[in-house]
Amino acid sequence: MASRDYMHRLPDVGSSLRRPESISRRWHIDLPLLLLLLALAGVGLVVLYSASGSEVHYVKRQAVFMALAFVGMLIAAQIPLEFYRRWSPWFYVAGCCLLVAVLFFGVGAKGAQRWLQIGGFRFQPSEALKLAVPIAVAAYLHGRSLPPSFVTVVGALLIIALPAALIVRQPDLGTSILIAASGLFALYLSGLSWKMIGSAVVMGVLAAWPMWMWGLRDYQRQRILTLFNPDADRLGAGWNIFQSKAAIGSGGWDGKGYMQGTQSQLDFLPESHTDFIIAVLAEEWGMRGALILLTLYLLIIARGIYISFMAQHVFGRLLAGSITLTFFVYVFVNIGMVTGLLPVVGVPLPLVSHGGTSVITLMAGFGILMAISTERRRVLF
Amino acid sequence: MSENLRFKDHHTEQRLFRNRMLVAIVCVAALIGVLVARLYNLQVVNYESYSTQSDQNRIQVRPVPPTRGLIYDRNGLLLADNRPSYTLSIVRERVKDLDTTLELLGQLVELDDGDVEKFKRRLVRRRPFEPVPLRFRLTEEEIARISVNEFHLLGVSVEAELVRYYPEQDLFAHSVGYVGRIAERDLASFTEEDVRRYRGTQSIGKVGLERSYEDLLLGEVGYENVETNARGRVLRVLERQDPKPGAELTLHLDTRLQQVATEALGENRGAVVAIDVKTGGVLAFVSKPSFDPNLFVTGISFGDYSALRDSLDVPLFNRTVQGQYAPGSTLKPMMGLGALEAGIITANTTVNDPGFYKLPNDSRIYRDHLRWGHGKKVDLIQALEQSCDTYFWDMAARWNIDGMHDIATRFGLGTKTGIDVPVERPGLFPSRDWKRGARGVPWFPGDSLNAVLGQGFVLATPLQLAVMTATIANRGTHFRPQIVMAIDGVEQPPEVLHHIDARPESWDLVFKGMEAVVYNTRGTGKRAGADLDFRVAGKSGTAQIVGIAQGAKYDSEALKERLRDNALFVAFAPVDDPQIAVSVLVENGESGGRMAAPVAREVFAEWMSRPLEETASLPSWHPPLVPQPQILEEVRIRG
Repeated sequence: MASRDYMHRLPDVGSSLRRPESISRRWHIDLPLLLLLLALAGVGLVVLYSASGSEVHYVKRQAVFMALAFVGMLIAAQIPLEFYRRWSPWFYVAGCCLLVAVLFFGVGAKGAQRWLQIGGFRFQPSEALKLAVPIAVAAYLHGRSLPPSFVTVVGALLIIALPAALIVRQPDLGTSILIAASGLFALYLSGLSWKMIGSAVVMGVLAAWPMWMWGLRDYQRQRILTLFNPDADRLGAGWNIFQSKAAIGSGGWDGKGYMQGTQSQLDFLPESHTDFIIAVLAEEWGMRGALILLTLYLLIIARGIYISFMAQHVFGRLLAGSITLTFFVYVFVNIGMVTGLLPVVGVPLPLVSHGGTSVITLMAGFGILMAISTERRRVLF
Repeated sequence: MSENLRFKDHHTEQRLFRNRMLVAIVCVAALIGVLVARLYNLQVVNYESYSTQSDQNRIQVRPVPPTRGLIYDRNGLLLADNRPSYTLSIVRERVKDLDTTLELLGQLVELDDGDVEKFKRRLVRRRPFEPVPLRFRLTEEEIARISVNEFHLLGVSVEAELVRYYPEQDLFAHSVGYVGRIAERDLASFTEEDVRRYRGTQSIGKVGLERSYEDLLLGEVGYENVETNARGRVLRVLERQDPKPGAELTLHLDTRLQQVATEALGENRGAVVAIDVKTGGVLAFVSKPSFDPNLFVTGISFGDYSALRDSLDVPLFNRTVQGQYAPGSTLKPMMGLGALEAGIITANTTVNDPGFYKLPNDSRIYRDHLRWGHGKKVDLIQALEQSCDTYFWDMAARWNIDGMHDIATRFGLGTKTGIDVPVERPGLFPSRDWKRGARGVPWFPGDSLNAVLGQGFVLATPLQLAVMTATIANRGTHFRPQIVMAIDGVEQPPEVLHHIDARPESWDLVFKGMEAVVYNTRGTGKRAGADLDFRVAGKSGTAQIVGIAQGAKYDSEALKERLRDNALFVAFAPVDDPQIAVSVLVENGESGGRMAAPVAREVFAEWMSRPLEETASLPSWHPPLVPQPQILEEVRIRG
């Protein structure tokens, strides 16, 4: 408490009326969010067990990551918001420096250079930017009068564009778009005028053709084309999508039963334990199961939006909104891609797909959400 | 910073945020709606279709080929067997770079250009994910070399299949025949039903019984629903419909008799057909030279094939049913019987034979093969015994071609016998109509003189002569010749085509004449009965295959060997209760009595030496129990 004295506060009228959630408030835990995340992680581990062909190894590894991520989340929740706001320029600068370092010293595979090797550790700096960028944009806008003036918007766009450009160079278009989106959400929520949004959309449409011609690599173009004609090359680019649609569709309403999915258990489904894991769930648990999962995600998003509404100042509001909407983008892009609505980009299904770093980043984000939600009612002067 | 904050309008900011967030919520809801709609579309609306897709993915219906029916001789000796053979196949869809794989395989197993070329042709017509054979008959060593290298041979598999094997090799090539790979030509004539029946089957009967009994030997294809993973590895069999093995054939043919007949022909080209007089069952069916039918089973090499095709001895030619020869004097007993029944001659008819014959009002001289003639009073028995041409010329001159054509037709000449091997030829016994139609000229009396001696236009297959002889031995019962005795142990009843009614005295006379051929001092076929403890009746024949100019001296030495007369002999035994009838043809053998009669003797000796139950027409042995179709465990190296 004492550490928060520098924040302007209302007289502490609530301290005498202790509500049940006050314990969680003291520990900066948003109980509904925590329970929802635990439920989602539980579902994720159960699906992963089936998707990885009953290999306990994967599940154990993921469980360890999840435990670490929950701890990380709780730690992130303890840190006062003001700290994030004050330090945001340094996070941002440090993140961008790491990205530059990746371009020079990075290691990677399959033509991409995304990791930094430090001792035995491999570290993907773009993950850190997933939080650093929205924090920086939110903090930047926090200090400006809103709705943002044109100059402010240009400033915010520059903050977003630098890391996005660096990540595109790796190349990692998917992550770059997600990071840009998180910054743009903050900008949008701050009250960016519809005129600007409209002109940006028009410019985006106009830029589509040159992007298609020169901005994309062959495999990226191929993925987009596959989306429109998945049957053209069933054994090649269309294979993944063909098989995942067959998996989801053949699950029907009831599903084939846990561990009974023929598509996933017989290896027809590619990347069944990572990006395509929702297909396993949809095949084995049917549409019922998929709807339950979607409901879990929706509840988490609803809680995030509620937290953003309740946030007491611009920084918290914009950051909570940005984190929540970006989380939704993850969910939408992943499910859209696996169901054949969107081109195949490497976006994992949050908290369900196997993989360590994304879990930790996501949970850190939720930690910040908790910090926002549990912050005492106060007025910024 | 606090200066900036001071001018902030909290309420406006908050309202702004709320509006923006509400728009975002609407968007989120709409997009969630899109996802739900998509899931509904996939999982509810198109459930059936995706369910089918997913099943098709993992469930492959694989045909299980039936085992081809085995073929046994009359004693249960296996003539056509099935043996495992290992085939190297490639699944095109699973091979990344075909040329590299082929090159690599070329280092591991022997591959010639023909293999690769045929493989590429097979690649064109196939179902997706179907293994296409590249090399057949892998050796143990080759299989081992492939399995050692399996890890970089994705899509390459070694599969065991059963292929036909003929243990007796060339002995039954012309009767049992052989199977070969299903060729484009076969496929072109396939009906949809055939395509279904031949799923999974690689071969089809090409010649002989293998071809004529194809439908029975093939069996019914079975099916297996197998679950496979994405790499095509079979994980389990979901359900299975067993194939029905092809029918087993038991033949009238007797391996030992066939062997004896083949050996008796020696180095000569020729044919021997032996018929069970009481059933029409074919006991021996020899066409020499022969060939090894095993060469054809999985595709004959070009070299082997051209050697067989280009040989002057035409080993692929089935002389028993396709060879049409002038039957020569072997027709005389039949002609004698016809003339007796037509009243042209009687037992007492005699002819003066000065060594030649002249038609009334014709200056042409027909020379008997005996220049000085057979004597003053030659009767039918003597005429048969010594093969007196003059007697028959005189008979023919007083008879007419219609009568001769009629009796020849009733003994089966000029028409196919209806035997159960394919590509039989009908031979020819001329008639007035035939000559007018084919040659555009009327029948001349001289034509009759040729016809009665089985020369001129007359052509018969060795099989037809055997049938004719069996019909004589039967005293008129004309059986359809059959090679197959029983199908799946069920005896096939003998089939009587018709019965030739003739007076017993006529038959007796013909029998006597034919017996005289073998036993009288001047008989032309004495070698047919030498040292046998039963009586044989026969008739020799020596047929010109080139016209000898009038008056020219016949000099066999001067003629090329292949232009010499064909030697023929027909006979049956024992005379008092005929069991077996034989026809023998020795190409360019010059003299039926000298060259062909001894062959008949060997056949009789072999057959009649058997204990009664062995020679009885339908032996009482049981065909071996039909084994369950034994599908060899697939040796799958990689799917």
